[in-house]
Amino acid sequence: MAESGGNGNGTPMLDELEKGPWPSFVTQIKETAEFKEEAEQLLHLLERSYHEKMGHWKHGGIVGVLGYGGGVIGRYNDLQDEFPKIAHFHTLRVNMPSGWFYTSDALRTICDIWERHGSGLTNMHGSTGDIILLGTTTDELEPTFKELTEHGFDLGGSGSDVRTPSACVGPARCEWACYDTLDLCNELTHHFQDELHRPAFPYKFKFKCSGCPNDCVAAIARADMSIIGTWRDDIQIDHDEVRAYATAGMDIQKDVCANCPTKCMDWDGKQLTIDNSNCVKCMHCINAMPKALQPGKDRGATILLGSKAPIVQGAQLSSVIIPFIKLEPPYQEIKDLAERIWEFWGEHGKNRERVGELMQRVGLGNFLEAIEIEPTPEMIAHPRENPYVFYEEYYEEGDEEEEAESTV
Amino acid sequence: MATERLTDIGPPDFRKFLSPMITKNYGKWKYHEILKPGVMVHVSETGDKLFTVRAGSPRLLGIKRIRKYAELADKYCDGYLRFTSRHNVEFLLTDQSKIDPLIKDLADLGHPVGGIGPAISSIVHTQGWVHCHSAATDASGVVKAVMDDLHEYFDGTKEIPGKLRIALACCLNMCGAVHCSDIAILGVHRRPPRVQGGLNKLCEIPNVIASCPTAAIRPVTVDGNPSVEIEEENCMFCANCFSVCPALPIADALNDGVSIWVGGKVSNARVEPRFSKLAIPFLPNNPPRWPEVVDAVRNIVDVWATHARKFERMGEFIERIGWPRFFKLTGIEFQKEHIDDFKHAGLTYKRSAQIRL
Repeated sequence: MAESGGNGNGTPMLDELEKGPWPSFVTQIKETAEFKEEAEQLLHLLERSYHEKMGHWKHGGIVGVLGYGGGVIGRYNDLQDEFPKIAHFHTLRVNMPSGWFYTSDALRTICDIWERHGSGLTNMHGSTGDIILLGTTTDELEPTFKELTEHGFDLGGSGSDVRTPSACVGPARCEWACYDTLDLCNELTHHFQDELHRPAFPYKFKFKCSGCPNDCVAAIARADMSIIGTWRDDIQIDHDEVRAYATAGMDIQKDVCANCPTKCMDWDGKQLTIDNSNCVKCMHCINAMPKALQPGKDRGATILLGSKAPIVQGAQLSSVIIPFIKLEPPYQEIKDLAERIWEFWGEHGKNRERVGELMQRVGLGNFLEAIEIEPTPEMIAHPRENPYVFYEEYYEEGDEEEEAESTV
Repeated sequence: MATERLTDIGPPDFRKFLSPMITKNYGKWKYHEILKPGVMVHVSETGDKLFTVRAGSPRLLGIKRIRKYAELADKYCDGYLRFTSRHNVEFLLTDQSKIDPLIKDLADLGHPVGGIGPAISSIVHTQGWVHCHSAATDASGVVKAVMDDLHEYFDGTKEIPGKLRIALACCLNMCGAVHCSDIAILGVHRRPPRVQGGLNKLCEIPNVIASCPTAAIRPVTVDGNPSVEIEEENCMFCANCFSVCPALPIADALNDGVSIWVGGKVSNARVEPRFSKLAIPFLPNNPPRWPEVVDAVRNIVDVWATHARKFERMGEFIERIGWPRFFKLTGIEFQKEHIDDFKHAGLTYKRSAQIRL
């Protein structure tokens, strides 16, 4: 039982983390422990980890709900005799609504289900975006799932599948949304339900939808396919509002123009001019003067591919694959592109190799050919610096020009 | 009696959870202004105004607290709320006069309001010892200790030059994707995995060998059973082998700890997105309040807040002053571990004579 866990009855180390101004996770566990024994035991197990400087969770096991290969993370502690209520303590990843919008009733529904079937502890939200229901037993997985689906919720991704796509707040509350991030995220999630629930890829695949280059969901760092809103016409200027910022004390030359990465702006004390042909859509000027400047009207997105954390071959940022695309429902081009990528990856990817690593291994040029996209200079920072070119064909003496021999 | 078992229904349509005012002004927002720390107004073409109050959260929430959020949403904004990508909760109000009473109720509940504009927002973080098998440190505890120290930069009591984003991941899997943060706190292992008996019964040996990015794992036979051995000098403690094989535990109380990284960003504003770079290779796990980590983060924040120009993110600031001066200003000792020795390491060497001497 819990009393024998930790260091005696108390949790002196964790109690220290109830002090101070920032809201405390320990208080959250204790609050939940008032009506959930699992939370009480978790508290004592964690206290023990704080003393020993070691975690007490074992490698996940294969558990889940019928017919799904993902959405549940198996978790067992390694001190099961002392902490039997959390011997199994599996996580359910519940797919959040796009943009993390809720009504109070929707939140209460989740809370009620989780009070009936689990520990009462959650993360709002996990790193990929799911509602994390933190800890229940194997027996409770199916009943939890049943109630969730009856109330309109479903599980998110885990393992080698499409992970739960996420989106920034988008047009629901942002003037900079260059496309409908919430709708695209919702549409991709619903369209790829099979790929999300039944892992069949070499490794995980993440979609993230950011409405502008400020990239509030970190798409360029955290998504295999990063869909980042942009525009290709002129920044909209309200000159009166520009002057109002100047009158209010903003040093427009220093704070705005001098910070422009391509120095495409000029302020003469009365008028702001922008050489839009040289604007790289960095957003700085718009961020600095939101009442005066807005993205253009011809809006769409840049598609980038391949970002990931370090495991296995090193971290990567996504790189440009489509410099500009208009995004309108039903987003067929995005869906087709994803499927072409998965087909090539499924055939050539190694176990636990992300798309970004595959792109590096086979070379971006070959990857583009495989997914049927023409190379363009927007895809590179600069052309190659080394002369080791893998030409695929050469001529033999006497060949007609059009009959070049393949070397393969 | 038995209802049909539903599957593959996907998440609820977000449109069900938008307030009538948001639905009316969807895609019509014209501009926004930050009214005070943690409070902003979005103004629509229609003239409608939507007020957002953003509050910090521990991310790990019990259902009792979530129900409290629901209660506050009912009381102040007809039940409409959302969460941010950094674990904050946002209340979406149409009535400006309700902002201050809401902030007071949030304060009574222990939730500070802030994190908008030039501020330190909540720390994106992971499970740590609370619920993860591969954690090299705790997540929630470190975050709590660091935010206790930095809360004045969240709630606007102290002003800073620009945005500063902190993230924590409790191992190199980086569920917290800390690799593009102004300041990243990363749990690290420093002792090679210990090969357990009976490995061949739990793990596919070819998979285990293939999992190693430095080819440090070799097949061997132990007591007549197939197993593996690890060339310790080639192990850089990524723990990928442990991810594919539970018989290779790598966590170790004596050697696990925390590293600190700086200067990454994801936004395109001014300079391009970039990775965080190593600032401090190792700090000990010192629960419950990780004082060494708290001090290290505070020191880096202070140096940046004192010397950076308006709008300058950590990486831009360091680029302007140069890395030698960053190490001098922070007093961080430069060590061999700061020099990259993985793939493409050469690209990180200084290859010019442009040096601030």
